[in-house]
Amino acid sequence: MATLKVLVTGEDHAQGPEDADVTLVEYGDYECPHCGRAYPIVKQVQKHFGKRLRFVFRNFPLSEMHPHAEAAAEVAEFAGAQGKFWEMHDRLFENQERLGEALFLDLDKELKLSATAMRQALAQKTFEARVRADFTGGVRSGVNGTPTFFINGQRHNGSFDFDALVSAIQQVMITAKSA
Amino acid sequence: MAQSGASKVTPIHSDRILPAGAGAPNFTLHATPDQTLTLSDLLGRPVILAFYPADWSPVCGDQMALYNEILPEFQKFGAELLGVSVDGAWCHAAFAESRHLHFPLLADFEPKGAVAQQYGAYRDADGFCDRALFVIDKKGIIAWSYCSPVAVNPGADGILEALEDLPK
Repeated sequence: MATLKVLVTGEDHAQGPEDADVTLVEYGDYECPHCGRAYPIVKQVQKHFGKRLRFVFRNFPLSEMHPHAEAAAEVAEFAGAQGKFWEMHDRLFENQERLGEALFLDLDKELKLSATAMRQALAQKTFEARVRADFTGGVRSGVNGTPTFFINGQRHNGSFDFDALVSAIQQVMITAKSA
Repeated sequence: MAQSGASKVTPIHSDRILPAGAGAPNFTLHATPDQTLTLSDLLGRPVILAFYPADWSPVCGDQMALYNEILPEFQKFGAELLGVSVDGAWCHAAFAESRHLHFPLLADFEPKGAVAQQYGAYRDADGFCDRALFVIDKKGIIAWSYCSPVAVNPGADGILEALEDLPK
């Protein structure tokens, strides 16, 4: 029923080949514990399918619930503007319980990004519009919580444990091939 | 957040809820322990009526919390969002405070579920509301309605499309 209204483009943060059989899109929030739980599962799923799968991450910070979610999303975008989106994305999830300025500065240092530039980007809300655009596109597509996954554009309503995701993706692969 | 499998869900009664074109039954319900809200007082602007089963159950929390985040999108249409469940006003107050909700939760508490019943959104067997959504136009006519399986958070895409389709 719910389908992805904003198609995946070159503007997206994506891992895996553009012509992969299946594209998995996640709308996620760095402070959401469920997204934190999904993070290693998605890695396993990516490993399982290899080049047959492309993974795209879009921001869906639930700021009323999670005070650091918006800033974390903007920090990831800040790193992304310098070609280090996934490095930052992974570290944010891996250090989810420490989200906040001190962590952002530590990660900047680790990734050799400028702390001054990051502070400036946060203060000037340089990446707010991008994060908001992800959020709004997600709402339009029927994102109903975090994480919400779309498999080749169809919202995945089942659980996001490894077996459920793998079998849902496999199903789509089979259908795509027979079409 | 994770939804449970569709197989566990009891059948949808979407044919039961009031359809588009029907007049929205008027009601007065408690919005807080000492304040009431009357639907007809909101004539002149669109109203989103979101019936949901219960405060505190994790799935419902998600739906109301999600709408809370999307509130600015609804407000672009000048729309008023009202959550409705059979929970009492004190329960709603505690729930709204814990979730930082910025819209009213109405208590369809006494007689229990009476308003939900008028909208066809009451589950007699369970004793709580269906997960039913209504977009009511500024004249008080239902412009769109949708009933989601109780375990599935319907999101907000349908509401936004319905608001967009309202005559200006």
